[in-house]
Amino acid sequence: MFLVPDFKGFDFFPHGTRIDFMRWKGICFGLSIVAMIVSLGLVAVKGLNYGVDFKGGSLIEVQSKSGPADLTALRDKLGALGLGDVQVQTIGAPTDVLIRIEEQPGGEKAQQETLNKVVAAIGSGYEQRRVEVVGPAVSSELRMTGTIAVLASILAIIVYVWFRFEWQFALGTVVALAHDVLVTVGVFSLFQMEFDLSIVAALLTILGYSVNDTVVVSDRIRENLRKYKKMEINELLNLSINETLSRTILTGATTIAVLIALYVFGGDVIHNFTFAMLFGVVVGTYSSIFVGAPLLGYLGVKRDWSDIAKDVKSGAAARKA
Amino acid sequence: MLQFSRWKIIAIVLTCVVGIVFALPNFFAKETVASWPSFVPKKQLALGLDLKGGAHLLLQMDQNELRKDWLQSIREDVRKVLRDAKIGFTGIGAAGNAIQATLLKPEETDKAYEELKKLAQPIGNAILGTAGTTMTVERGQTPGTILVQPTEQAFNERLSNAAAAAVETVSRRVNALGTVEPNIVRQGRDRILVQAPGFEDTKALKAVIGSTAKLTFHDVHPSISAAEAQQTRVPIGYKIHPSDEPDEPAYLLREVPVVPGDDLVDAQPGFDQRTNEPVISFRFNQSGARKFGAFTKDNVGRPFAIVLDNKVLSAPVIREPILGGSGQISGSFSVESANHLAIQLRSGALPTPLTIVEERTVGPSLGADSVKAGLTAGIIGSIATVLMAITAYGTFGVYAVVGLIINGLLIVGLMSAVGSTLTLPGIAGLVLTIGMAVDANVLIFERIREELRAGKTPISAIDAGFTRAMVTIADSQLTTLVAAFIMFWLGSGPIRGFAVTLTIGIFTSIFTAVTVTRLLIWLWLRNAKTGKGKISVPI
Repeated sequence: MFLVPDFKGFDFFPHGTRIDFMRWKGICFGLSIVAMIVSLGLVAVKGLNYGVDFKGGSLIEVQSKSGPADLTALRDKLGALGLGDVQVQTIGAPTDVLIRIEEQPGGEKAQQETLNKVVAAIGSGYEQRRVEVVGPAVSSELRMTGTIAVLASILAIIVYVWFRFEWQFALGTVVALAHDVLVTVGVFSLFQMEFDLSIVAALLTILGYSVNDTVVVSDRIRENLRKYKKMEINELLNLSINETLSRTILTGATTIAVLIALYVFGGDVIHNFTFAMLFGVVVGTYSSIFVGAPLLGYLGVKRDWSDIAKDVKSGAAARKA
Repeated sequence: MLQFSRWKIIAIVLTCVVGIVFALPNFFAKETVASWPSFVPKKQLALGLDLKGGAHLLLQMDQNELRKDWLQSIREDVRKVLRDAKIGFTGIGAAGNAIQATLLKPEETDKAYEELKKLAQPIGNAILGTAGTTMTVERGQTPGTILVQPTEQAFNERLSNAAAAAVETVSRRVNALGTVEPNIVRQGRDRILVQAPGFEDTKALKAVIGSTAKLTFHDVHPSISAAEAQQTRVPIGYKIHPSDEPDEPAYLLREVPVVPGDDLVDAQPGFDQRTNEPVISFRFNQSGARKFGAFTKDNVGRPFAIVLDNKVLSAPVIREPILGGSGQISGSFSVESANHLAIQLRSGALPTPLTIVEERTVGPSLGADSVKAGLTAGIIGSIATVLMAITAYGTFGVYAVVGLIINGLLIVGLMSAVGSTLTLPGIAGLVLTIGMAVDANVLIFERIREELRAGKTPISAIDAGFTRAMVTIADSQLTTLVAAFIMFWLGSGPIRGFAVTLTIGIFTSIFTAVTVTRLLIWLWLRNAKTGKGKISVPI
C-alpha cells in the first residue's frame, strides 16, 4: 500500500457553511405535511396498482421466437378466453411481452386452469420466460405480512432510537421515517406503478437508509448539545446540519450513483424496485435535514448532557432552558 | 485507538485471508474448482431460482379432506367394535365434528361405552413418548347414543404427520422426474414448498405432484424369481416389480394386489415387544383387514410384497396369520429407517389433494439476462463508488477502496460458506451495501478533516476521527440491522435473500471500513513517522 504515493483528495464542499436551514423549516414542514396528506389521499382515492403478489392472479412474460411480438394478435387470442381484465404490453425489448391476468373467481384451482388456457392460447411462437401465479389465500397473507413488516420495522427503530437518545429524537426520527414511506407509496399511487413484494423490501431499505441519515445528524446534535450548553436551539440545529452536510451529500451522491447504475443497467425485473429506492434515498436525505431536525426544535430537547446525577436534580429546569 | 498489537494484526489479516479463500471458488469454473485439493473450500454461491431459472411451487394440503377421511375411518371402526361386541345399533352417522352411534337397546349404553373407549389411543408414537388421547368418547344427550369425537390435538398431530408424509411423497415424485437438487420443504402447518432449479416445463412437475401416491400389498410368485422370469417369460397374471433399493433384485409379483392401498389407514414406527427391534405397525380398515387376514392365514412362512409407486419397499415373510387388521412389518430397520418407511406408508394412506396456491417460474434465458444485468450494474456502481472515494479522499480514499474490495470478497465468501442463495434483489442489496459501506469511511474521514481544521496534530486528528465516528457508525449500522432482521423474520423468498445479504454486509462493512482501513492508515502513519519533516495527512 505504500506503492500509493500520498495525494490529497478534493475537498468538494466549503466548510464552515452557515446555511440557515431553520429559516426554511416552516415552508418545508408545510410542504412535507401537504405531501403526506396528498399521498394518503392518493392511496385512498386512486389506490395502489398492486402486483400479482398482493392482488392475486397471473403474470406471464413471454419472448417471441421470431421478430417483434404481435400484440394485437395476442390481445385478440387472450380476449376471446373471457378472463376479465387482461393486460398485454411489451417489456424492455419489442420481442418481450408481459401479460397480466386478474384473479379469477373460483379459488386456487381456477388460477391454474386459467394459466393452462392462456399458455395454450399463446401458442408455440413464444418462449415462456417467467410465470407468476398467486392464489387468493397467499396474496392476502403477503399483504398482511408486508404491512406488518413495515410497521414492525418502524416500531423497532423507534425503540432503538429512544433507547440511544431521547424521546424527542425518537419522535423526530419516526416522523421522518413515516414521511419517507408515505411519500414513496404516494408516488407509486400517483403514477400507478406496480406495487409488489419487492417494493416492500425497497421501503424497508429506505427505512434503514433514512434512519441512518437521521441518526448521523442526531448524533451531531447531541454532541453539540454537550459542547454548547447556552446556544440557542435553532442555531445549534443549524450548526449540526451544516457540520454534517459534506458527509450527507457525499454519501447521498454515492448511494444515488449506485442506484442509478442499478436502475439503468439492472434489468426490467428490478426496475420498480430500484426506482423506489432511488426516490426513497432522495426523500430520506431531505427528511433528515428538513423534517427530523426541525422537529427537535419544536419539541425541545434536554440541554444538559454533562452529568446524569446533576440532571436528575435540575432536570425540570434544564428541560425548560 | 490507533495502536495495533501484533496478534491483532495477525487476527485481522487472517480474517481477510479466510474470507477471500472462501470467496475464491466463485471466480473459477465449476470444473476447475472440482480439481482443487480437498482442504480448499469449494463451495460456490448458490444462485436463486430467479437467476438460474427454475420453478417455485407452493402447495396446500386439504385439511377438510383430511378431517372427512378420518371421520369416515372412525365410523368404520365404531361399526366394527359394536358388531364384534354384539351390540345392536340403529344407525352410525356423522354429527358435526363427531360420529354418533344410536343403539338399539338404551340399556346397553354402558357396555357400548366401555367397548368404544378402547378406540381412543394415546397420542404420539412409541419412540417419542405419549400425551393425551386421539379421541373422546361420551354418552349422548338422548339415552342410547354415544358420541365419538376426535380431539383437536390429535387432528393437529394427524395433520402434521400428513404434511411430513406428503413432503416425502412429493420429493419422491420430483426426484423421479430427474430434477437436480430440488428443494422440498414444509411451510407452516399445511403447505409444501417445492423448488426445482432449471425446470423449464412446469407442466410435468405439476402433473406428477397432483397425482396421488399408491401403495399396494402383493402376493410373491411361489417358485419363479424375477430374474428367471425375465430370461424365460413372465407368467400370466404376474408382473416384475423392481426393488426400492437400486442394488437389490427385482420381484415377480401377482398383478392384482391382495389389499389395495386405500385400505391402509395408519402406519407408525415402534418397537417389537419381544426383540426390541424397530418395527412398523400398520392398520387396515375393515375390508382391508378381512382380505389381509384371509391371505396371511393361507400363506404363513411365505413372503408378501409391499409395493409403493410400483417399486417393492420390502417383502417380509409372514410369521403368523394377521387377523386383527393391524400388524407389524419387521426387517432390518434402524429407528430412522423404520420412521422413514412408516412415513412413506402413511403417504400412501393419507393422500390429501394438493392445490397449487403460488407459482413462480423463471426461464433460464431470463435468469441469465438478470445475472448479466446485475453484474453490469454491480460493476458500474462499484466503479462510481471507487472514483468517488479516491477523488474525495486521496490516499486515504485508496485505503477505503482496499477496504471495500475486501468487504465485497468477505460478503461473497461468507455467503458461499453459509450456503445462502443469491437472488436478484440480493445483488441489489450487495451493490447497495457497498455503496453504503463507504458511508462509514466518509464519516471517519470528514471527522478527521474537521479535527485537522480545528488545529489538531495529524495523529490526534486521525485518532479522534476514528473514535468519534465509531459511535455514529455503530448507531447507524445497528438501526439498519434492525430493519434487516425484520425483513428476514417476515419476508418470504426474494425478500429474505435481500435481508441475508444486507445483514452479512453490515457486519463485514463495520469490519472493513473501521478495522481494515484503520490498520492501513496506522501502517501509513508508522511509515510517515520514520521519514523526516512534518507529517501531512493525505486526505
